[in-house]
Order: sequence, then structure tokens, then C-alpha cells
Amino acid sequence: MIGGLFIYNHKGEVLISRVYRDDIGKGPFPNCFHKVGSTESYRMRNAVDAFRVNVIHARQQVRSPVTNIARTSFFHVKRSNIWLAAVTKQNVNAAMVFEFLYKMCDVMTAYFGKISEENIKNNFVLIYELLDEILDFGYPQNSETGALKTFITQTGIKSQSKEEQSQITSQVTGQIGWRREGIKYRRNELFLDVLESVNLLMSPQGQVLSAHVSGRVVMKSYLSGMPECKFGMNDKIVIDKQGKGGATEEQSIAIDDCTFHQCVRLSKFDAERSISFIPPDGECELMRYRTTKDIILPFRVIPLVREVGRTKLEVKVVIKSNFKPSLLAQKIEVRIPTPLNTSGVQVICMKGKAKYKASENAIVWKIKRMAGMKESQISAEIELLPTNDKKKWARPPISMNFEVPFAPSGLKVRYLKVFEPKLNYSDHDVIKWVRYIGRSGIYETRC
Amino acid sequence: MPAVSKGDGMRGLAVFISDIRNCKSKEAEIKRINKELANIRSKFKGDKALDGYSKKKYVCKLLFIFLLGHDIDFGHMEAVNLLSSNKYTEKQIGYLFISVLVNSNSELIRLINNAIKNDLSSRNPTFMCLALHCIANVGSREMAEAFAGEIPRILVAGDTMDSVKQSAALCLLRLYKASPDLVLMGEWTSRVVHLLNDQHMGVVTAAISLITCLSSKNPDEFKTCVSLAVSRLSRIVSSASTDLQDYTYYFVPAPWLSCKLLRLLQCYPPPEDGAVKGRLVECLETILNKAQEPPKSKKVQHSNAKNAILFEAISLIIHYDSEPNLLVRACNQLGQFLQHRETNLRYLALESMCTLASSEFSHEAVKTHIETVINALKTERDVSVRQRAADLLYAMCDRSNAKQIVAEMLSYLETADYSIREEMVLKVAILAEKYAVDYSWYVDTILNLIRIAGDYVSEEVWYRVIQIVINRDDVQGYAAKTVFEALQAPACHENMVKVGGYILGEFGNLIAGDPRSSPLVQFNLLHSKFHLCSVPTRALLLSAYIKFINLFPETKATIQEVLRSDSQIRNSDVELQQRAVEYLKLSSIASTDVLATVLEEMPPFPERESSILAKLKKKKGPGAVSVELEDGKERGELNGGGDRGGDAAIAASNASTPSPSADLLGLRSTAPVSGTTPSAGSLLVDVFSEAGPSATSAGVNDDGFLSSAPPTVASEDPAPPLPESDELLNKFVCKNNGVLFENQLLQIGIKSEYRQNLGRMYLFYGNKTSVQFVSFNTTVSCPGELQSQLNVQTKTVEPLVEGGAQVQQVINIECLTDFIDAPLLNIKFRYGGALQNISLKLPVTINKFFQPTEMAAADFFQRWKQLSQPQQEAQKIFKASHGMDTEVLKAKLLGLGTALLENVDPNPENYVCAGVIQTKAQQVGCLLRLEPNAQAQMYRLTLRSSKDTVSQRVCDLLAEQF
Repeated sequence: MIGGLFIYNHKGEVLISRVYRDDIGKGPFPNCFHKVGSTESYRMRNAVDAFRVNVIHARQQVRSPVTNIARTSFFHVKRSNIWLAAVTKQNVNAAMVFEFLYKMCDVMTAYFGKISEENIKNNFVLIYELLDEILDFGYPQNSETGALKTFITQTGIKSQSKEEQSQITSQVTGQIGWRREGIKYRRNELFLDVLESVNLLMSPQGQVLSAHVSGRVVMKSYLSGMPECKFGMNDKIVIDKQGKGGATEEQSIAIDDCTFHQCVRLSKFDAERSISFIPPDGECELMRYRTTKDIILPFRVIPLVREVGRTKLEVKVVIKSNFKPSLLAQKIEVRIPTPLNTSGVQVICMKGKAKYKASENAIVWKIKRMAGMKESQISAEIELLPTNDKKKWARPPISMNFEVPFAPSGLKVRYLKVFEPKLNYSDHDVIKWVRYIGRSGIYETRC
Repeated sequence: MPAVSKGDGMRGLAVFISDIRNCKSKEAEIKRINKELANIRSKFKGDKALDGYSKKKYVCKLLFIFLLGHDIDFGHMEAVNLLSSNKYTEKQIGYLFISVLVNSNSELIRLINNAIKNDLSSRNPTFMCLALHCIANVGSREMAEAFAGEIPRILVAGDTMDSVKQSAALCLLRLYKASPDLVLMGEWTSRVVHLLNDQHMGVVTAAISLITCLSSKNPDEFKTCVSLAVSRLSRIVSSASTDLQDYTYYFVPAPWLSCKLLRLLQCYPPPEDGAVKGRLVECLETILNKAQEPPKSKKVQHSNAKNAILFEAISLIIHYDSEPNLLVRACNQLGQFLQHRETNLRYLALESMCTLASSEFSHEAVKTHIETVINALKTERDVSVRQRAADLLYAMCDRSNAKQIVAEMLSYLETADYSIREEMVLKVAILAEKYAVDYSWYVDTILNLIRIAGDYVSEEVWYRVIQIVINRDDVQGYAAKTVFEALQAPACHENMVKVGGYILGEFGNLIAGDPRSSPLVQFNLLHSKFHLCSVPTRALLLSAYIKFINLFPETKATIQEVLRSDSQIRNSDVELQQRAVEYLKLSSIASTDVLATVLEEMPPFPERESSILAKLKKKKGPGAVSVELEDGKERGELNGGGDRGGDAAIAASNASTPSPSADLLGLRSTAPVSGTTPSAGSLLVDVFSEAGPSATSAGVNDDGFLSSAPPTVASEDPAPPLPESDELLNKFVCKNNGVLFENQLLQIGIKSEYRQNLGRMYLFYGNKTSVQFVSFNTTVSCPGELQSQLNVQTKTVEPLVEGGAQVQQVINIECLTDFIDAPLLNIKFRYGGALQNISLKLPVTINKFFQPTEMAAADFFQRWKQLSQPQQEAQKIFKASHGMDTEVLKAKLLGLGTALLENVDPNPENYVCAGVIQTKAQQVGCLLRLEPNAQAQMYRLTLRSSKDTVSQRVCDLLAEQF
């Protein structure tokens, strides 16, 4: 039960403020110098200010997404320079609140593109309208973009006929709220993206300290009628079940946990572990999953740091790509932190470009493309200024960014079948596209 | 050094700052700062020499970054380098950096101190000033250690420039405030005083701040400054506004200096020298005159400066409090400010008047402004000014205007701010009590007070009403009537119910004749409030009910019905339940005679300092004591006993006031004893404490039960002293603390201290049984001629000693002349009905009044020879009854009270002691020699003193110890 939702810009000014419950703002919040217990609006400002003072303008950067101030919880997500904060006085399900906030971001992106101060200011009427629809008295409601778009439009006022109105009502309140009837496409097409981000923390000796992949299957469908779809992948449980019948050589993966879009029939997944659904029109995130076993690590980083006296540091970093030579990794960026008393840096690298960025206290090495099973090296000489501080440099880890055209978890799409009994097209007529993208999440190696 | 000067613009710094200001977010700012820091680091790398300008610029940038809240851990070296530059701007930035970012690195500190020393010894005044400012800004102990000796030298040197002297004076002031122990007084102190005569006004202004601070710590050393200050002041005051040129501020000559001079004078009493005093009075008069002149300018600065001097002069006048003429004039001038447009002036005027009101000379003059002050209280918009007005009203109140002031304060109370209500209530209560001529007026006032501001009426206030009503027969009937009427209001405050319950319970019979307030009506009225009250009030009401049964037997049935109801007799609160049960039983079992005895009217309260006054003092802090002392002197008017005033004044000045709850609880004690029974605390508001549960547990037949009359002292003669008491006495010859006596019932602990011819002894009587001692009574007597030798004063103890409890008794002893016998302590009490009678000797022996005297061997033997007459010497040879351990012996000799003299006797085995016995009549010098013989286990003890009886007695006493 969310008490209120605020959107701030980077200065802490409130762009959107929607209060659902009056209990928030009953402070007393520390550091907020308003009269306590005066008018309602005053009290609400109290909560607004509390978040600004204690989170946005906090002395230390606030890293926790949940902040408790005077028995009031503030859940926030940040998109570029914009803060979205949900406020509640009750003991709510935090995961639910964040799910809602992410959904809210998705909805806003779907309506007006990038979430920026400019866009929010230009669309504030729309945002209030959306908030009215997707949150009732603090309880999240239908937040499916496709469905919302049927009745919250940006194209001016179009008086709807009675039939249309009743259709909207029946659809929104009906069993399949995410898809309206009577959709028709000349070409039935569907796109499937497997997007994964791989996270790693590795010791200097190359020992994996923690690694996991979080992935999403995003589906974009342009299908007529009310198609019934079935999605299959190399899930270990399913494969093992089938494996009893016929021998398959296919690799299978163990999924630690997964969540589905509301259109997926969970009962069927529980019983048969098959994923069947009627997809919403347009784009949707079909499932989300996480794996921790048998991860293919696309890159290995080998650091070598040597301190030469008090005023010099020698750094050598080798990266090795560890996938099929036919594939090409892209947008590779290695970030090597430098000590805080660096006074000069010389860099030599074999491939790509490397530069010392003083503003970030790091050497940034960029490589545009790199094929699999290759290795590349950078060496740097760092000059240090002697300081009065006896503190030793903490040696933050070397981090890395990249993009590879495969799924590091090993997930494979086996099939996606479409059945539409009422209309005259079959599974074969649908044009299907599958794409795998593996990105780096927090990919760090200690040095 | 570059050939071209780049000026002081420091464009790079300006660009950097504007970059930072333009940053959109914190992250962007951090990025920019990191970039700049990297840039500075690369510049400071050391391989290229930086010119002074760049160094200054980068140090400035570092400083700016630091002030933005980021850590800076380098650049100190460059800043120190800047200190040695010859350019002012570079030096200044260097000092700025050092004073903001003080570094504890010892290496650096050494360099910095060195640079500062160089600058101090340079002849360049600006550099000297920079160095002095840096020392003052850092103000650390290290700085003080390094320069505390140097700065006074600069300050008093003849050839120092004026501007440097100013800085030096202020720098020294700062160091003195930070670490006073390091700034040593010396020959410079007298020369500092003469800075008051300096030509340069700036130097005088700076020096006077220093002198004021120094002289407040050691006034004697700076005594000479008074006459200098007076002459300086008179020169300023008498100068025309144009004389002082730069130091004339909006037509006022040197206002800051004048204020400081006046403040300095406030550190000292009025000058004794007539000429100086005359000159000062003249000055003060001139200041008062000048304040009356029409303003020379309409500007606010002009009037501010003028008023500052005036107020400072008035505080000096108040401080001296010896010039009636000036005091009255000051009061009249302040009176003009009371209606001034400026709120601040009104505030200041009221505040100063408060102190004026306490002076005997100006009290009458202050009183003439009463109307204005009352008006201020009513119409003033600023709450702090209203508070001051209330304070002033309180201060100016006396018998003549008390009624008016109390009425005004009461009416103001209805609209007063919540923050000052409690204080106002206390003040009204005190004034009403202090100046009450007519006690019905007093009762009316307090009841009104409770009605208007019940929440702010503290316990002490209503305790006090009850005390006064009980002590004054003439007002009791009126009080009962008024309370009865006040209770008839549909909603009345709980405090009102408490007062009503108590007073009706005691004196309800006085108004019972009127059919409108018949007993039953009274009871029903009280009982209608019962359910709305808190537990302590209900407990009090129950006690009032039982008193009703006694006063009006016809209500007995009704009240018993109430007590019997489940809500009372099965109340979840233990106190209420117990009272209900006990009162019910009491009313049904006891005969009317017993009831009448038990529930007799409360005896009058002992007079003592009003607890309200103590409370107000606690609220206001020590600052208000001066006014309160005044109160104490006048309190005699109210509380009958004419000579009590002095006592009260002493009590008022005493910081520890008796706990307020003792006022109603200690009913039966004739004097408060600090160690009362431990169970008393729980009965905080139990005004009928005799009927409390602790008393009943002793049994109904006990003759002490519920009697409110003072306990009868057992008439039996004191028993003869216990046979072992002499032995007990010997135990305490060499020690002051311990257990004096113990049997199955009683333990007596003792703790004593002696100074010169005075002694104080604390006796602790511990009840070892679980049953209380009744009629506990102790007497100390001096048999025979001891009466004229020893003066013993005792305080009476509580007649009840609870089981397991301990009571304390203080005995003050004064030794008039030397004595032999010990005073007798007789203790009598009833334990389970049986009379116990114990007599003991109090361990007061002549040696207790020893004062140790240290002397050299030659001195000792010379005196020893002087006391060579046979009667002056007493000698005893005796066998050792304890071991002959040297440490034990030494401890005993020291415990005796004498000084143990080492290396005096040629034989190291022997012990030699010296001391003086202090008595009121005379001092008796005493020399002692103890010669142990280890083989024979024998001692020879020789004592010589100027008085034969003393020698004999001490010798006897001591012989028992070894």
C-alpha cells in the first residue's frame, strides 16, 4: 500500500507529487524545519523534504534503495537524473513496490520515450492520468502498457462511442486484460530477444568469488487474433524429463529462479513446466530468470600491479576473450582505478585506445571489437605524489564492460509455437526472429 | 620568479570556481574536482619549480576544494613555502591555508613555527600582523607553547607599531582563553595596564579586551587599571564628538571603547580613592546627561551607540549600588525607554530595571513605573519582552502594591504564553504568600490560580496552601467555604479537587451548618469528581472520606457503602485497595473515641522555607538568587516567628533545598532529618501518612498508632553505662570510624571528623530487626565537670525506626578546655512494647583535637627541655599487649593525631611525636616519646606537655593502645 509517489529532478525539486494516503508526512522528520502539525499540505511537504534532505542531498551518497526516516519508508529508483520515490508508512512488500516502480518507468518510457526532466515536465498531465489508473489508494492495478494505451491516449480528445467504451470496460475488467480482441496483421511476425547481464567478482589469482547471470526474454509480437503461444527452452528439468524418452545431446541449464509476465499460465508451468500464454500486442517482457551455475565468462582479466617505491606504480593488465572465435565482442571497456595521489600516467596498449581520466581517477581502455579466443594487454606507469596521509590505497577492483552475441548462461530457445484456431494462419506462417545479447553487469576483478 | 607580474586576479581560480558553480549535479562536481586535483598534483610533482603566483593559485584552489567538504592530503608543503615569500598576497594565502588546514605533522609544525618566528622578528608590520593573526586563528596548545612568551614582549615593546600592538593584544587574549596555564604573568602585566594610556585608540580598545579577561581571573594584579580606566573614560566622555576623528561613530566618541571601559570597571568594587571616585561619578553623570540630549542624527546607528554606552553605564551603577542619586536617575532614564518604539530597548530597559528593583535605593523609583509595566505585560507583542515585564513586576512587588500586581498577573495568566505559565504561576503563588495580610485574599488568589492555570500549578503550590490553611485558624472556615464553592463548577482541575478534598476533610465541619453545604452534600460533591481523577488524587479523596466519617457520623453508612463497592475494595491499584479495606475496617471496628484520636485534625506544620521558592530558584538557576535573598528577609512577615527571617535567608542561599515531598510527610518530626525511613518516598502525596500501610502493620494496639500528637518521651531515667563501654572507648582512641556498639536489636555505627577544637560525629542507628522501634530517643549528656569542658549539641532523631532501616544523627562537639571523661550517650526505644535502655560512652577523647606539628630534631629537643618540670611529664612503663610491629605502631601513632617525627631520636627504634591540642580556651603543645624494648616486650612512654592533666590523660589513653 503505497502512501504516495514523488518524482524529483536532480536538484531535489518535486516534479510530480501524488499522495494516496494521508498517514505519510506525519513526521516528525529530522532536519526538516517545517512547523509540525500545521496544515495538510505542510505535512505532505514534510515527507517530500525529508527525502530530499536525507537522500538526494545527503552528505554521503545513499546506496540503499530503501530509506527509513521517522518510521516512514522511502523506496527509490533513479533514472538518469530523475528520482522516483514511493513513500509508505506501512510495512509493505518491498519487492512489490520496486516492481511497481520499474513498471512505472516502463510505462512512462513507452508513452514518451526517455525519462528526463524535460519529458516529465511536458507530460505531467499524462503522468497524473497514468498514476490515477495504475495505482488505486496505493494498490497497484493494471500496468500493462498495451492495455493502458487503449484508453489513455496522447492524441487529443477523441470521443469514444458507447460500444467502444463498453468494449474497453469489458476488456479491462475481463479475464485477458492485456490484449484486446480483433487485432489484425497482414504479416504475422514475432521477435524474441534473450538479454542477459553477467556479473562477476574474481580474485587477482583468477578464482571466481561470485558470479551470476540475470536474464530477460523480451518478446515483440505482431500477431492477429488471440493466438495461443508456447515457448520452449533448454531448461534442465524439461530436458531431463524428455531425455528419458529419446536421447538428446543438447546442453541444458539450471535456472535458479524465474518470474513471468502475467499472461503466462502459471498453473500449467507448475504442472508441466511448459510456458504457454496469449501474448499482449506489441512488446512485453515474457520472463526473467537468474542462473548461477555453469556460466560462460566471456572475458578473463589478469591484473599485475607493482609498487616501485613510494612514488611509482606499474600496472599491467591482460584480457583474454573466452568464446567461439567466430563471434565478435563489442564495446569493450576496461576501467583501471588509479590511486588518489596520482600525478601523472603513461599508458601503452596493443589494441584500442587507453586514456587516464583524472575526473574519474581511472585509466579507461576502450576496444571496439574483439574476436573470441584472443588476448590483449595494456601496461601503465603511474607516478605518485607523496602525501602526508599514512592511509594505504584501497585498491578498488578493475571493472569491465562489453557486449557479446550469445547468452552467457547458455540458455537456448528451442521453440515458440503459435496456434490460432479461429483465424486461418498456422505456426509455419509466422515469421520468427531470435536474438541473443550478453552484456556485462558488474564485472570486476580485484587487483 | 617570472619577470611579468600577473596581478592578483588568479583567473584560473575564478574559472575553476565558476565551473564548480555551474555543475548540475554532485557527480559532476566531484568529477570536476578530481580533474583539478589531478592537475594540481601533476603541477606539484616537484620536477619543475613553480613560480609564486602559480603556487598561490593552486593552494587557493586546494583551499576552496577543502572548504567544499573534500579531503585534502597534500599541498601543505607548498603552503609553507608561500610563507617565506616576500609578497604580501602570497604570504597571506599561505597563512590562510595553514590556519584553515592545521596539520599535526610535527615536521611541518616545525617549519610553520619557524616561518612565523621569522615574520615576528621582521620589521615589517604587515608580516608581523599576518603571523599574529595566524597564531590567533589556530590558537592551539602547540601555538601557545611556542609563542606565549614572545607575544607579550612584542605587545609591550616600545618600538612596536600600533597596528601590531593591536594584533598582539588580541592574539594574546585568544591564547589566554585557549590555554590560560601557558600564558604566564610576568613583569609585562604591569606594562600592559599602561597601554590604557596609549595614544592610539585602536591599541587601547584591543588592550582593554585583554585586560578585562586577565583581570577577571586575577583582579589584584590589575588593580591599577581602575584609575587609568576612569581617566581614559573621562577623557572620552568629555571630548567633543569631533575630537576623536576616526574613532567617532555617528557623532558618538569611541562607543566600543567606552563600553569596554565600563565593563572593565564592573570587575572591581567602587574605587576607594575619593578623587577617582568623584571623577567616575562625574563621567557617569555626563553619560546620563548626554543620553538626555536631543539626538544629533536620526540614524539608528547613532542611537544604538549612545544607548549601548548608557546601558553599560547603568549596569556599572547597579554593580556599585552605592550612589542613590545615580541609581534613581538611571531608573528614570530607563523609564523613558519603557515606552520606546524599539522593542529591543524596551526589553533592555525592563531587564535593567529588574536589577534596579532589588537595590534599596532605587526600589521606590522603580515602583513609579508600575502602570507602564503592567501595560507592557498586557499589550506587548513580543513574548520575551512580556516575560521581562513579568519578571520586573515580580521584582518590584512589595506590600503596598502586592494586591494590584497579583491581580494583574492573574488576569494576564489567562492569556499568557504556555512557555512562561509555570513560572508565572510560581511567582503569583510566592507573591500572594509573601504579602498576604488578609488570608482570605491569599486563599482566593491561589484557588483562582488553580482555576485559571491548573495544569501549571505544581505540587508545591497546593501543598503550600494547605500548610497555610492548617496553620491559620482564622482562615479555615473561609477556605472550606471557598473550596466548596469552587468545586461546584462543572469542570474543575484535579489540583482543585486535591485541595478541596484535603480542606473539606479537615474543616468540612466548619461549613456543615449551612443546609446548602450539609455533610452529605459535601460528600456527594467530592465523590462526583472521584472517577475523573488520577490514582494519587483518589487515594487522597479516600482519606478525606474517612475523615468525614469522623467529622460527620451521619455519613458513615453512605461512605462505608462507597468503600465497600467493588470498584474500591477490589481496585486493581494496590494503594487504593489497601486504603479502602483499611478505612472500611477502621470505621466499622474502632470506637468513636479511637476514631476521633486517629482522625484528629492535622497538627500545625513546622515553619520552614517555602518549597515554592526553592522550586522557582531551581527553575531560574543561580542568577535569580539575589532577588530571592531579598524575599527571604521579608518572609518573616507572613510566617509569624519574627526571627525566622535570618534562617530563611541562610536557607535560601543554600543550594540544596529540602526535598519538597518532605513538607507534608515529615509531619511528626520536629526537625527534618536527612535519613528518614526508606518507605516514606512512596507515599508522596499521602497527607495522612500516619494512616498509611506501614503504620498499620505494627498492630492496632500499639500505643503509637495513628496518634498525631508528638511522641511522648519515655520518662525512665537513663540506664547506667554499659560495663564494656570503657573498652569500646579505647577502641576509638586511634581511629575515627567504625562500629561503636552492636547487640541483637541495634547496631550503632560511628563516623567522625575533627578540625581544630571542633568536631562532628555522625551516629548511624541501624534497626537489625524486622519490627519498628517506637519512641526512639537518644540523649547525649556530659556528666559532672565535663559540662563545662565540652559543648555537645545533638539533633533529635526520628522517633520511629522502621525494621531494617537506619537513621542518622549528627552531633556537633566543641572542646572548650581539656577534659578527661567521655560524654554519655543514652538510647531509649520500645521494641515490641518493651522498653530498651542503653547507655554508652561516646568516643570523644582529648587526643581527637590534636593538630600535628612537624619540627626538626633541634626544635624538638629544645622544646622537650623547656617542658622539664616534673608535673609536665607523665611516664608509663608497660608490657606490650599486642605485637610490636613497627608499621602497626606507626599507624596507631598517626591515628592518635600527632605528627610522627622521623630522624629525630638518636635511637631509630624509638618513636617521637609532636602535636598541639586545640581547645577553645587554650592550645596545649604536646611532645611524645615511645621507647620499645623488643627483648622484654615492654614499652616506655613519656609525654610532656604544657599542662599536667593533659600529659596524664594522653599517657593513660595511649598506654591502653599498645
